[in-house]
Formats: sequence, C-alpha cells, structure tokens
Amino acid sequence: MSIQSEDVLKIAHLARLGIQQEQVESYASDLSNIMTLVEQMNQVDTSDIEPMAHPLDQSQRLRTDVVSESNQRDALQENAPDIEDGLFLVPRVID
Amino acid sequence: MYNKSLKELSASLRNKDVSSAELSQYFLDRIKHFDGELNSVITSNEEAALLAAQQADKLIASGDSGLLTGIPLLHKDIFCTQGLRTSCGSKMLDNFIAPYTATAVSKLEQAGAVMLGKTNMDEFAMGSSNETSFYGGVKNPWNLDTVPGGSSGGSAAAVAARLAPIASGTDTGGSIRQPAAFCGVTGIKPTYGRVSRYGMIAFASSLDQGGAMAKSAEDAAVMLQAMSGFDEKDSTSVDRPVDDLLANLGDSIKGLTVGLPKEFFTDDLDDDIREKIEEAVDTIKLAGANIKEISLPNINLSVPAYYVVAPAECSANLSRFDGVRFGHRCESPKDLEDLYKRSRGEGFGDEVKRRVMIGAYVLSAGYYDAYYKKAQQVRRLIQQDFVEAFKEVDVIASATAPSVAFTSGEKKGDPVSMYLSDIFTIGVNLAGLPGMSVPCGFVDNKPVGMQLIGNYFEEARLLNVAHQYQQLTDWHLAVPAGYEQEV
Repeated sequence: MSIQSEDVLKIAHLARLGIQQEQVESYASDLSNIMTLVEQMNQVDTSDIEPMAHPLDQSQRLRTDVVSESNQRDALQENAPDIEDGLFLVPRVID
Repeated sequence: MYNKSLKELSASLRNKDVSSAELSQYFLDRIKHFDGELNSVITSNEEAALLAAQQADKLIASGDSGLLTGIPLLHKDIFCTQGLRTSCGSKMLDNFIAPYTATAVSKLEQAGAVMLGKTNMDEFAMGSSNETSFYGGVKNPWNLDTVPGGSSGGSAAAVAARLAPIASGTDTGGSIRQPAAFCGVTGIKPTYGRVSRYGMIAFASSLDQGGAMAKSAEDAAVMLQAMSGFDEKDSTSVDRPVDDLLANLGDSIKGLTVGLPKEFFTDDLDDDIREKIEEAVDTIKLAGANIKEISLPNINLSVPAYYVVAPAECSANLSRFDGVRFGHRCESPKDLEDLYKRSRGEGFGDEVKRRVMIGAYVLSAGYYDAYYKKAQQVRRLIQQDFVEAFKEVDVIASATAPSVAFTSGEKKGDPVSMYLSDIFTIGVNLAGLPGMSVPCGFVDNKPVGMQLIGNYFEEARLLNVAHQYQQLTDWHLAVPAGYEQEV
C-alpha cells in the first residue's frame, strides 16, 4: 500500500493533527513502509475466524448505577490551560 | 548495599542496620551521582520520599512492616502520581500534575515502598529505544553508546545501574521485556488484567499491562505480588485471587516441559544470541526440565497485526489530548480547529504522530474490515497457536530480542526496522499472556535476555523457572563497569 502526500494531509486532518509541510513526504514514505509491513497479514486466510477484541474474551463488567465520585472540578481544572468560572475556555465557536 | 536483594534489604531494615531514610538517601545519592550521564530519572521526588521513608521507619519500629516497607523504588512516568508531574515522556504533558494516583502505585505505597522519582520513557510508551522521549534518550549503563531499549528504558537502565532496587514498567508490545534484556535486568509482564490500568496513561488499552523490573526473579515476584489484584476502577481488571508468587519460587522444575518455538530460532536471530539462549536452555534442562520443539505457525504475523491494533487504539486514546482540558495548548489559536491541530502538532513527537495517523487511517471509512477486523482475526490465530502450544508444554522459552542493545540513532530514522526489534515479544501481548525476560549472558559485553512465556495467570510458574535458573547462574548479579563503586 502506497500512501501519497495528499493521503497524509487527509489523515492528519481526520486526526486533528498539525504537521509541518516539509515533513509530509517523509511521513508518506514512513506510513507506506508501515502499511507494507501490515499487509503481510494478507498471507493468511481468516475468513472463518472470529475477531478477537480482548485477550481474555471478557465482556464489559457492569456496576450498580449509584454516585461514586465526588465533585472535584477545581482540582481537575488545575491542569487546564484556560478556565473562567469553572468553565473551560476555547476560541469562539459560534459568532 | 546496592546489590542486596529485597529480602536482604528488608532484613537490614528490620534489624535496624539501616533506616529507610538512610536507604532512600543512599539511592538518591546514587541517582545524583550517576544519572547525569544516564538520564534515566526525569523527575525527583526527594523531599516527599524522605518523609515517606520516615513514616516507613515508624512502621518498622512498631513491628508492623512487610517485605516492601521502607524499600525505595522508581516509577515509570506513565503512572499517574498525585501532586508529582506525570509527563509520559511527552511535551504534551510536560506541565501535567496528575490529580490522582494510579492503583499500581497506590498498592506499592500501601505496601510501604518509597517512591524516589519517575523514570524516563519513550513518548507515550511508543518506541523500542527510549529515543522518542521529549526529555532526551536514556543511555544504557553497559555501553553508553547504545540504547537501553524501550519503552521502559529509564526503569531498566536505573535498575541496571543500581539507582533503585526495583522499578515499575509497562509492556504493550515488549516494553518491559526488551529493555530488561538490553540492560541485563529481570522484568515481568503479567497476564493482561492482572495489574490495574487505572491511572496508567493508556496507549493501546487491549494490550497495555503494568509490571515489575528488578535485579532478580525473586525481587520481581515481591514487587509484582504487591502490584497485582482486582481493581473496580479498571473495567478490564480481572476479578480473581492473586496467587502467592513467592511460595513456589524454590520448587524444583524437574519434569517441567519447556517449549522452544522453531519460528523464534530462525535467521532473524543473531547467532551469538542463539548460542546464549541454547546455553540457558541447557541449564534449565540440567535442572530437570524437558525440552521440546514446538511451533507457533502464525507468530510471524504478530508485528503486522500489532501495527494495526496498537495504532488504532492509540489514535482513539490520544484523542483526549485536545489542548482544552489539560496538556499542552498552542499560543493564540485562531479557531477551535486551529487549537486542536496546533496543540497536538506541537505537543506530540514524530513517532506518536506516525502512530496516530496509522490508527486514523486503518479505522477510516472503507478500511476497517481490511485492516482492523483482519488484525483482530490474525490476533485470534496467534492466540490459538499459544493455546495449542500450552497443551504440550508448561513454559515457552526464546530470546527476548533478536539482537543486543543497538547503537543510539541506528534505527531512529527507520520505523519499520525499529518495530522489528520486538518480533519475539509482541505476540505475547496480542494473546494477553504473561512473559518475562531474564539475563542469560553477554555478547560483546552487552547483556542478552532469555524470554519465558507462561500460560494465562501462571506468573508463579514463570517466576519459579526464572528463580531456579538464577540459582544456577549469576548473570543477574553482574553490575555494569563504573557503577559498582559506592558514592
């Protein structure tokens, strides 16, 4: 699988990842090499194989629906880059 | 002092030959003296450590102490530690002070261990050489021109240089075992679900598992025992009792069957390493074990499948780093999209970006079946191979890595060749099995590690085999030149 520069730009946008223009080509080449490695998977027929999402085939454990956490907003917001009155600030989204 | 086992150190503490405060200061002094060149510890916890040591001394004086009470240790900087920076080796979290503590860390704290600091690592645990850390690479104490392995390279180098008796690590594709091999220490990754992932910054959630790095199997057993156990805060934690990992260390391994997968002894393996592994297997045979060749027919597909599963899960996990709630935020974003893109673009290094992009690509519309579903199917085949193998053998042995520690910079520009340094370890994570690495000799004065793989939840048996091997060998006691001096 060959990944082109335009694919890199598209993927980076999907991942909301800023990348330097001058690195796009080297990413394209690295990602192509990685996908070539990945495609070795096609050597084996897996048509009847159940996909394995979890090593122990565990199902999601449920808990009773009761309040278990206390309000720690102030403590959690200590790491926030920009807050006001307990709110996270971001650039204006709606004019 | 630095080469004493945990049992010996614990006895010295209980006999009042040394206090925990003195022991902690002793290792803090070693860190100060030696770590300038190694770069294995990125955050010191000196002040709090000495306070914790004093608390431990009170417990010891009152007679209410266990094997780990007052024992200094280091934590990989992937484990959240309340009040102490948790960077995960990334610029993204350079200023992140975790608001809570990881369960594995709390459990060791409750056992009385004293945290001296946090160890360097590949950024977000993505790497096999420690060169992707925002804080610069770690050097291998056995040869400063070489890498310590990764991603738990800081922990491995620190234990090898005897900067702490034990250190925590995490292993997603070999990140405990490969650096343990490169640095000549003993490392164990337990069965998936055995150690809580709560507060362990997620890379690939279905593969990540915390574990122990130590000088010996016995010390690793003591540490893993304290870290293990069910945690309701981790939805994939396994609710089953933890075996006594120390009780059977001394058992004979007579009659045990050790499998050698023929796929792990091909041309991919350096000849000098093969020789060391064969010698180690002979030693195990001498101890009474039977040796049997086995086959894991699909194991050669583990690296390809891993580089779908791990990046896919990483791209989802790392989407939380958005520059809004915590972590790095770019200067003067012009709109929300610019905020996301520049914060992530500036905060993440190259390897993390590559994996996030691979993940976004394999999960994108139209590609899911061809890549993600296919990889999960291959994962099942790999697991089934192990299940079949464990019907015939008790433990599987191989080399941990195909080479000894490579030179810094050698593979940095070639991601695929870096990925292939984990060919022997990755399958174990895909299957969710326990695995460990044990020092078994040297090639060109660089340590070689033997990997031992066990069946699900058979950590005790793995540690038993490793301990019996270490009763017959002394590779694990070797200290790199220059680090034997007292400071």
